[in-house]
Amino acid sequence: MKWQFSSDAPIYSQLIAQIKVGIVTGAFPPGERLPSVRDLATEAGVNPNTMQRALTELERDGLVYSQRTTGRFVTEDQAMIASAKRSLAERHIQAFLEAMTHLGYDREEILTLLRQEEIKGGEDNGSSGV
Amino acid sequence: MAVLECKDLSKHYGNAPALNHVNLAVEPGRIVGLLGPNGSGKTTLIKLANGLLTPSEGEVLVCDMAPGKESHACVSYLPERTCIPTWMSVKQLLDFYGDFYRDFNRKAAEEMLQHLNIRLTQRIKQMSKGNREKVQLIMVMSRSAKLYLLDEPIGGVDPATRDYILSTIITNYNPEAAVIISTHLIADVEKVLDEVIFINQGQVVLQSSVDEIREEKGMSVDALFREVFKC
Repeated sequence: MKWQFSSDAPIYSQLIAQIKVGIVTGAFPPGERLPSVRDLATEAGVNPNTMQRALTELERDGLVYSQRTTGRFVTEDQAMIASAKRSLAERHIQAFLEAMTHLGYDREEILTLLRQEEIKGGEDNGSSGV
Repeated sequence: MAVLECKDLSKHYGNAPALNHVNLAVEPGRIVGLLGPNGSGKTTLIKLANGLLTPSEGEVLVCDMAPGKESHACVSYLPERTCIPTWMSVKQLLDFYGDFYRDFNRKAAEEMLQHLNIRLTQRIKQMSKGNREKVQLIMVMSRSAKLYLLDEPIGGVDPATRDYILSTIITNYNPEAAVIISTHLIADVEKVLDEVIFINQGQVVLQSSVDEIREEKGMSVDALFREVFKC
């Protein structure tokens, strides 16, 4: 997994977001054991206490759970993973809409642009299939 | 219990003040950045904690003791300049550390050296600057000390070596020990720190956790530093 950090948000919240992405995309599959806090911290190049904080928070949300002696595991609850995916998607959409509004597009224009992009994408797929 | 405590600590060199009534405490389990521009008093503070300098006023306590023979046993110090005897081979250096420090974990040091493909027969003199820095850091981090004082551990080495040094610090993290890293390369160390101490003209101007700064100010520690110490 590739870890990247921006400079404006707290590091623990960026860790939470990236681990969520990992769970949703299957880099951390459901039911799988997560690496130890120290290993994850080393991999991400962050302070172990910060990683601990992120995992504790994910645990509180229920996306990961810990078993006293064996470590931390990704939830097997597919509905919960789906809802995490949905909320990540919503965040992307919000950011996209904000950026487009900032550029001066209204909702109707944004939708038109998206549909045009969709048609273009379809054509590309069609031609590559032939 | 704090592993490092400064109470109204001052140090002057002749008439020139280097530290001016510093009060601070560092708890175990924390990785702390001691950040400040050149000449702000970072090295003076670290030397005082090591007993290499004596306070002009106030006191400094390491593991509840004034710096001395007993406190040296619980402090692992990486000086600003490479100080390991360069005529030694790596093996001799390992023997040397083993003789001097009861808490030196030779096996851990050997594993880290092997990982870097550094041969035990190699002499320090024959190594590049980067490798010397790495070897010295490995020695310092292979002790199970209560307080690690790292004075500019990443100054003057390339970014890949910096990453290696920082990840060595993370891997050797121990919840019962504190690590103090003095540097002005803030962007590089920011992610590995719990908290930062900003020091300027011999005075502590801020002690805060990294995520608190990011949360409250909406900017990185690096950006805050540039703002606070704008020339």
